[in-house]
Amino acid sequence: MSILVNENTKVLVQGITGSFGARHARLSIEYGTRIVAGVTPTKGGQIFEHGGVKVPVFDTVSSAVRETGATVSVIFVPPAYAGDAILEGVDAGLELVVCITEGIPVMDMMRVRAMMNPATRLVGPNCPGIVTPGHGEKSQGGCRIGISPGYIHKRGNVGVVSRSGTLTYEAVWQLTQLGYGQSTCVGIGGDPINGTSHLDVLKMFNDDPETEAIIMIGEIGGKAEVEAARWASEHCAKPIAGFIAGATAPAGRRMGHAGAIVGGVDDTAAAKKRILAECGIAVAETPAVMASTLLERWGK
Amino acid sequence: MNIHEYQAKELFDKFGVPSPNGRVASTPKEAHDAAKWLAVNNLVVKAQVHAGGRGKGVFKSGYKGGVQLVDSAEAARKVAGKMLGQVLVTKQTGEAGRLVRKVMVTESVTISREIYLAILMDRESCQPVIVASTEGGMDIEEVAERTPEKMIREYVNPLAGLQAYQVRKLCEQLGFDATARQFGRLLHSLYRLFIECDCSMVEINPVVVTTDDRIFALDAKFNFDDNGLYRHPEIAAMRDTGEEDPREVAASESGLNYIGLEGNIACLVNGAGLAMATMDIIKHCGGEPANFLDVGGGATKEQVVAAFRIILGDPQVKGILVNIFGGIMDCNVIAAGIVEATREVGLSLPLVVRLEGNNVEAGRATLAESGVAIIGADTMADAAAKIVAAVG
Repeated sequence: MSILVNENTKVLVQGITGSFGARHARLSIEYGTRIVAGVTPTKGGQIFEHGGVKVPVFDTVSSAVRETGATVSVIFVPPAYAGDAILEGVDAGLELVVCITEGIPVMDMMRVRAMMNPATRLVGPNCPGIVTPGHGEKSQGGCRIGISPGYIHKRGNVGVVSRSGTLTYEAVWQLTQLGYGQSTCVGIGGDPINGTSHLDVLKMFNDDPETEAIIMIGEIGGKAEVEAARWASEHCAKPIAGFIAGATAPAGRRMGHAGAIVGGVDDTAAAKKRILAECGIAVAETPAVMASTLLERWGK
Repeated sequence: MNIHEYQAKELFDKFGVPSPNGRVASTPKEAHDAAKWLAVNNLVVKAQVHAGGRGKGVFKSGYKGGVQLVDSAEAARKVAGKMLGQVLVTKQTGEAGRLVRKVMVTESVTISREIYLAILMDRESCQPVIVASTEGGMDIEEVAERTPEKMIREYVNPLAGLQAYQVRKLCEQLGFDATARQFGRLLHSLYRLFIECDCSMVEINPVVVTTDDRIFALDAKFNFDDNGLYRHPEIAAMRDTGEEDPREVAASESGLNYIGLEGNIACLVNGAGLAMATMDIIKHCGGEPANFLDVGGGATKEQVVAAFRIILGDPQVKGILVNIFGGIMDCNVIAAGIVEATREVGLSLPLVVRLEGNNVEAGRATLAESGVAIIGADTMADAAAKIVAAVG
């Protein structure tokens, strides 16, 4: 088991003919992911080909779903069109829409959130995506949705959830180097309004029999990590390690991610770390010890 | 992005949010003419800088007060002459202060009541929320802490927009009576401004009711969503780089995500989360970061060179830590970029490089063989300890 996606998941790529989308579609195909369709308005009928895999391109998500049976989409379209792309995926009845696009106006995401249908889960935007590692060499044969480097993964029993791409890679790489693999790694994105929260992912990891331990990576701004930690202290018996980035960030400044801004006394790194610890989560003091902190708590 | 008070007034005028009559002036003569145009004797002259606490601020010339009441056009000219071209120090500017390039001359109003009013994007509910309080003109954080019951919150459904009943409710809670209709109009206009200009926050502290029952927005603070600025060139043009850290201005011109800090260890990192975490680990090892710098997932050699230029142009920097997790990128390409950048800018400070990821062995070899004095590091912890030790 894994969460959200597995090696059988049929994925369509919105924005497959753009350079960014095309590059990562190729990498996912090489990883062994079932990329079954592409969508680019006005380019329907083209074929996207890589390594002997032929991916048909459609004008609309609904026709791509109808023709290929795709259940998940990944979005690589520019910020001005990304809100529309998400809602097109919702309209087509997809189970999961993963939006990689960075820089979507908050007003657009606010409207998208208000129009979401509960049948579709949104992950992101401004996120690295989702990886369920495969059993092959360098974790090949898994499901790679988004922009994560596939080879750093290893199939195993640790669930990873994070707001930051490169910090996710750090945690995953640390785990893999220490010999511990991952069930699923979910990047939920660095924007102030996103589709899936730390708490949503924690609940899924809690219900997933393959996931035995969890790393949760957060940062300054908002209350998402605190909400997840409070829930976990009551409902999750699996060992969790946490890290919060931004202890040295000045108040009121946006630290790269649009959501990483300290607004009050409760969303500083120090306050979040304190609450995580109170909730029974092992807090990694530095980003260099995310995996080792988990293993210690896990008794490995 | 911040804007000046006179620019906020331009937006208020455009959207029909009432604010006192006034004009901006760049010379004492213009200040005089603005006062003449206003044709009243009760006037205020205000220094235009991106910092609060102007009224209690002191100019480096010794002149006190960045907000002055005057009673004639001639007096407005004199006061403007004492402010323009001078550096104003307030509790928010730090010792360096800010150069005053413009003043605003407005009609001064007689206040009978002050209200706090803000609209901001609420992350938890994903909706705009109107925050209001009868305790206007005060430090609002203090009000929220001491008397939380005096903070009124009204959430707005983003698809339906602000409803008339919500405005009536707020008017009642804030105790508006004769002026309720005026306040209602102000609120509708302000909500429209918030949505249409992609604001993340607009705060008016205070909204005033005058003794002759008029309502005005007196002082405003705007925050815009940077992601939305592409569709508002007129607002993007309001950016005043003279008010910003020159290091940050240079970085934004090169497409780098940079924030200047107070320490002496510069860092250059790919990814915002990792960049923040790198600052944290420097601090954890006993050092102080000089900046936040995210070169992005697909950093080019040109960006690395630009980043080194900005870092080395900062006299407080005593050492540099480069922390790159090359996931998809080839570490060897990054290593070559670092070597070229150091050659181009002439490196004279300790430089620690931690490379990890795709083709890392080749990347490390490129650094080692370059002849550039680079201190290699295997892990993030190792890198932080080494740069802190090198800076001493």
